[in-house]
Amino acid sequence: MADPSAPAAPTPAIRLRDIVKSFGPVQANRGAELEVARGEIHALVGENGAGKSTLMRVLAGMYAPNSGHMAVDGRDVTGWTTADAIAAGVGMVHQHFMLVPTLTVAENVMLGSELTRGPVLDRAAAEQAVRELSERTGLVVPPRALVSELSVGQAQRVEILKTLYRGAKILVLDEPTAVLSPPEVQELWTVLRALRDQGGTIVLITHKLDEVIDVSETITVMRAGRTVAHMPTAGTTPQAIARAMVGRDVALALDAEYTGVPAVQQLGAVPAMLEVRDLSVIGAAGQPMVRNIEFSIAPGEILGIAGVEGNGQTELIEAIAGLRAATGTIALGGRDLMPLGVRQRGDAGLSHIPEDRHERALVLDYSVAENLILGQQHRFTRGAALDAGRILSHARSLIAHYDIRPTDPALPARALSGGNQQKIVVARELSRDFKVLLAAQPTRGVDVGAIEFIHTRLREARDQGKAVLLVSADLSEVLALSDRVAVMYGGRIVALLPRSDASPETLGPYMTGAERAA
Amino acid sequence: MSAVEPTMMPVGDTPSPAETASTSDRRASRRAVIEEAVLPPLVALLLAAVVGDALILSFGQSPGAVYRLLLDGTWGNAYGFGQVLYKATTLVFTGLAVGLGLRAGLFNIGAESQLAAGGFCAALVGLLLPAGIPSLLCLPIYIIAGALGGGVVGAVPGVLKARFGAHEVIVTIMLNFIVLALLNYLTSTRLHVPDTLHTAEIGSGALPRVSDAVSSFQGSAANATIVLALLAMVALWWFLFRTRRGFELRAVGLQPHAAEYAGVNVGSVTWRALAISGAIAGIGGLNYVLGYKHYYEEGFATGAGFLGIAVALVGRSHPIGIGLAALLFATLSQGGLAVNALVPKQMVDVLQAVVILAVATSVPEVRRLLRGARRSAER
Repeated sequence: MADPSAPAAPTPAIRLRDIVKSFGPVQANRGAELEVARGEIHALVGENGAGKSTLMRVLAGMYAPNSGHMAVDGRDVTGWTTADAIAAGVGMVHQHFMLVPTLTVAENVMLGSELTRGPVLDRAAAEQAVRELSERTGLVVPPRALVSELSVGQAQRVEILKTLYRGAKILVLDEPTAVLSPPEVQELWTVLRALRDQGGTIVLITHKLDEVIDVSETITVMRAGRTVAHMPTAGTTPQAIARAMVGRDVALALDAEYTGVPAVQQLGAVPAMLEVRDLSVIGAAGQPMVRNIEFSIAPGEILGIAGVEGNGQTELIEAIAGLRAATGTIALGGRDLMPLGVRQRGDAGLSHIPEDRHERALVLDYSVAENLILGQQHRFTRGAALDAGRILSHARSLIAHYDIRPTDPALPARALSGGNQQKIVVARELSRDFKVLLAAQPTRGVDVGAIEFIHTRLREARDQGKAVLLVSADLSEVLALSDRVAVMYGGRIVALLPRSDASPETLGPYMTGAERAA
Repeated sequence: MSAVEPTMMPVGDTPSPAETASTSDRRASRRAVIEEAVLPPLVALLLAAVVGDALILSFGQSPGAVYRLLLDGTWGNAYGFGQVLYKATTLVFTGLAVGLGLRAGLFNIGAESQLAAGGFCAALVGLLLPAGIPSLLCLPIYIIAGALGGGVVGAVPGVLKARFGAHEVIVTIMLNFIVLALLNYLTSTRLHVPDTLHTAEIGSGALPRVSDAVSSFQGSAANATIVLALLAMVALWWFLFRTRRGFELRAVGLQPHAAEYAGVNVGSVTWRALAISGAIAGIGGLNYVLGYKHYYEEGFATGAGFLGIAVALVGRSHPIGIGLAALLFATLSQGGLAVNALVPKQMVDVLQAVVILAVATSVPEVRRLLRGARRSAER
């Protein structure tokens, strides 16, 4: 399946053949192929659960394949260990950073291969090494800064530096842009291109197709554990890649047209459905996380909040939901929410799709049916007991209407794919009686087909006159759905624009804090 | 609950393969749940048997003979069996107490003192009640007294945790010392019958023994508290798995953040769970005070609270499992007396410890082995 006709690459940097890797009954890779030429930027794309990360973890020695062949630089390395992989110059930068926040940049970089003078750590040498690496690669980070003080973008640079410090020549990055602002993404591309020009080989796992087109030279598409396409980036289109990923045509968020200004906004003086005034949240360490935020959302309007993660969006949403102490006022349809608890706010008409699906939105060991009543369990009772019959019929109806698969309501939520888990949350929150919806990262880690589905549901809620507060780290999602766009930076709303004035170019400077309006 | 919007149509034109695989998925997941619940204790028993064999051989005895003696002395005759039932009854209460805590994500090490406090309060009430009241009439009063005694001791770490974040393990351990010392002080200075460590006998409400109905149980302490233990098992099962409060309590134990999101007041579930846990342990004190000696005695059930932790762990915090585990540990503890002629009875303590250690470590290990076996079976 891999295209062996490329004549210019006699020994590819990576050649994976027929890789099979299963976890219990789940086959993550079922005959996956990957061939990456030396000195290229290679994009590995596919829906969630297509087996991309598994395949790369096999390459990095974290998993041994059940069968198949692996070669790096022409050498057979099937089933090697992580130590072998590091020694051979294969390094992986994970989606979730693996840094010690209380140590400095230099200490983190040398962790695992510490420089010492006798029994003592040689910090000066480590700092020098970091500086030299920074100079060579353009990955500039202050070596003495504590990792806990770095921005997410800087922390990611430390991850890459750490990998390079260990001598990586083949660099695998797992969804590196999920946490970056547009300018930071551009800086990352510059660094990756520089590394490539110095002879490095880069594999980029992503499902953002505009990035694939932007930065890669070759593309491998995976679907359901198999490699289904291998093509040069030049000459292909996002639509063609998406078709290969999903196996059918889909509406892409990145080219989804914003579908027009809702009628209520044109009417003007409609009373706000959600009104937030002077809202502030103090973090655990006493630092302000949300500072004097003010906004209102009309019925039938989606207000999208863009911004790099960690600028107070989580705290804002949780404060409105009642999960976090806050000062200021929050009113829903004129009713003061501040004295109400989480459950009472829900009963008052607040619906909430939380950003953290695994910790907050679902009890993974509970069944699909039980998760479909989570937060509304007090409405499904008969005396003190839960009404099993009503819970089951509720589940059957939502499973059918929201196409949750598998369709068995008794399965634990843990057994479902990420996209279907998110459908449980969306189904539950949109089927309750609500006026305001808080949607935080509603499509994070969800495959392309489910993203389309969830976006349609959010637009429908808007069209039915609900007020929607959308928070997303994915700017294209904010732009595709929102009627107005706000940008959060440093706990403040630094810009609030009508959709017609919002674009990646106009929002970018606000997202990095370079500009302030509002 | 609002109606589902009729406009919402499913996407996806072809049924996914996952859909057709649903029934086999379901069967597999059921099987996995059952295997995970049942296998670790069985593996633990097997390990304990192996260690037991080695120990017995080291004493120059035949394992077969020792095990036969152990069984003859427990399940082999009415008296021994009655003693097993009596000991198991207390262990059911302490096991349920610890198990309820575990379901809420709390480790209650305080069942030992909660059991004693429950027994003490029951005896105190018994001293105040006039003689001649029918047992059935005063039983509810005793249950309330036992539950209050244990429940107050359990509520203290609960409130401290919910209010100040004090870790319940530390607080319950420390409370064991404080409460037991306090009860001993009160008993030995105010309430004891001279020259003994126990109070006077209660006026009314002694529960009938099994031997009153079946004479071959003569001499064993098994009594009607067994019925209370069975009722407690059923009640706790119903509470945990059928009620809204149980649903919320288990959610707090599994994922406190999700419970908070679902509108559950995690702090209040925490202190209530520990208070109820203490109350259950406290009711266990009736087994001795109403069913056996009819007075409170210092150290009347020493070790039963700590053994309750083992019972809950081996029983996987499920009321049925706890009932079976209580029988197992009661059998071992009674059997220790029976085999004393051949091997030191402490050997049985070693076996208990092996079972506990093996269960504690075998849960993830067994899971891993099962996965490996299934994978090689598939290939």
